[in-house]
Parts: sequence; C-alpha cells; structure tokens
Amino acid sequence: MVRALINVPTRAKRGDIIEIKTLISHPMESGYRVGTNGTKIPRDIIHRFVCTYNGDEIFRAELSPAIAANPFISFFTVATESGSFGFEWTGDNGFAASERADITIE
Amino acid sequence: MIGGRWRWCLLGAMAFAVIVAAQAGEIPAKDRRSDYELMSPELRQMQDDDTVNPGMLWVLDGEALWQRKEGSTAKSCADCHDGAAASMKGVAARYPAIDAKLGQPIDLEGRINRCRTLHQGAPPLAFESQDLLALTAYVARQSKGLPIDISGDESAARFIDAGRSIFERRQGQLNLSCAQCHDDNWGKKLAGATVPQGHPNGYPVYRLEWQSLGSLQRRLRNCLFGMRAEPFNYGAPEMNELELFLAWRARGLAIEAPAVRP
Repeated sequence: MVRALINVPTRAKRGDIIEIKTLISHPMESGYRVGTNGTKIPRDIIHRFVCTYNGDEIFRAELSPAIAANPFISFFTVATESGSFGFEWTGDNGFAASERADITIE
Repeated sequence: MIGGRWRWCLLGAMAFAVIVAAQAGEIPAKDRRSDYELMSPELRQMQDDDTVNPGMLWVLDGEALWQRKEGSTAKSCADCHDGAAASMKGVAARYPAIDAKLGQPIDLEGRINRCRTLHQGAPPLAFESQDLLALTAYVARQSKGLPIDISGDESAARFIDAGRSIFERRQGQLNLSCAQCHDDNWGKKLAGATVPQGHPNGYPVYRLEWQSLGSLQRRLRNCLFGMRAEPFNYGAPEMNELELFLAWRARGLAIEAPAVRP
C-alpha cells in the first residue's frame, strides 16, 4: 500500500508565497546493500517527483540512491489562481503514485 | 596522625561512598523526562508536525486496517470498538496491562494479536510486520499527550519486580545492566550520542537509523545486542515484564506515539 501525506494550504491570498510539503512511503533501497544470504538487494528507488499547478509543471526533483526511505520533499510556490496541485512520483519496478490537493484563492 | 591501617580503612570508606553516590538508582519523578527533550530542534519539529512525521504514514495505514474485516468472523476492529478516537483514547497509556486470562503482562501488540485470534478468528500478525506496526501506531496515537498510567497494583507488582530485576541485572559480554546507562548515567555522552533515560512513551517510534517504524521490543533487542547479551525473543515473557517495568518507571510522562528518534 502506497501512502502519501500532502500539506498544502487550502486557502491563500493571490500572490502569497505558500509552502508545499510532501511525504511518501517508499523503502528507497539503494542497490548497494547485501542481504543476509550475501546476495545484492536490487535497487528500488523513486527517481522522479513532479508537481503541477493547474497542469503546469512548477517543481521537479530527480532522486538518487543516497536519499533515505520515505522521502520528504518540501518547496515553495506563489499562489496565483484557484485550482489544484498534482503530485507524481515515479520509480523503479514500475512504481507510480499520484496525489491531488486543491487550493482556493481569495 | 592517623595510623596506616586506619588510613586505608578511611580511604576504603571514601571509595565506597563514591561508588554508592555514582549508583544514583531510580530517577525521581521531578527529573523524569522524555527522550524527546534530548533531541535536536530539527528532530523535535519533525516529530511535532504531523505532515512531516513519517510515523504518520503507519497511522494512516492503521486507520484503514481498523475498518478491514478479518478472519473467520469477518469482523473489523471497528465492528466491536467503533471509532478508535473515542474507544482507544488512553488505552496505550495503560499498557502493558495484565491479561486476566493469561495472568501475564501483555503489550499493545500482544493485545492486538490476542484480539485477532480470540475475537476475529484471524491468525496473529507477525512481530514488526507492516500491519501490526500500523495498527499499534494507530491505537497508540489515540493516547497522544496523555500521561502513562500504570498503577502497579497487586496483580502487576510481581511482574514489575521481575522487570526491574532484568533492568538491573548485569548481562552480556560487556557485563552491563540497563540501569547503569539509563538510571545512573543518563544525560552523559556515549560517543556522539546523549544517553537517554530510556522511556517507552513514544513507541512505536520512527527511528531514523531504521528508516522505519519499530516496536519497543525491537529497540530492546537492539540494546541487548549492543550489550553483547543474548536478546530475548519477540513476545518472550521477559520482554513483556521489561516493557511493563519501563512503562511503570515512566509513569506520568506524556505519550508521544508515533515519536521520532535518531
């Protein structure tokens, strides 16, 4: 089960700088560790995160094996219009998760 | 002028007094503090903000599991207990508790598994499995902020004493007891880390070293391994006694589950 926690203010004034926080459950297995039987544990990481604001990409991150499990990503943007934020994580072994959060501009 | 023999006796007595002073014994209530207070401001912030605390991912999961029908009776936790916010409030603060039928202390994980086998007709969940941690975190979370309330009444006293004797017993190749670090030397440094008082008020905790949520039993096994002692098995009676003693020792401290620890 993939779980994600998103924190976006539900209301903001036009022009406000708002913080967006995202947290997603993922093992972020680096690919450099060995298991108890001596075999290498294959890499399994999220390698890309994208945030869109009403369809336009506003933030993107490339993730690497050195990033810890359950990656937390936070960033800022300017509240311009009412609408929704889309969040997408893609990773190894066909991992894909997406979330949505709505915002109203006063 | 004191004679030679007397001088040695006096030195001996002084050395004895120093040793006694070093063995501080039980931490008085006024000095009892959560391991939270030894953490960096960044880590505290991580624990306090529900959208940043990774333990909340398990709580979310537990919330879903609470509603899921399980076992031969096809009952969910909610079918008997309704909403956890009301029915589970304060429960974690009273655990480990003495199970009347078993006549033994049982921790929250143990209670959840007893409930599964007795009332849901489902197999017990494995220790440290995602589902058991999630349900425990969800139940423990409902008591956040409430003080640990272990009465230490007659039925529990025997097991608290047993737990205390494990806590104070030297064991392992390093010949250490739990008390030597967590009663006598808390607040001092062990390499780069501050020795905490070792209270169980945040479990299950998200431990950065584990990059995962983990139970108190996992933490205790970790500590025993570090002492180069043979760790107790998951679910062993000694585990439950030690957990009960630790909860009694931390009585009055607020529950922080799911806490974040380094």
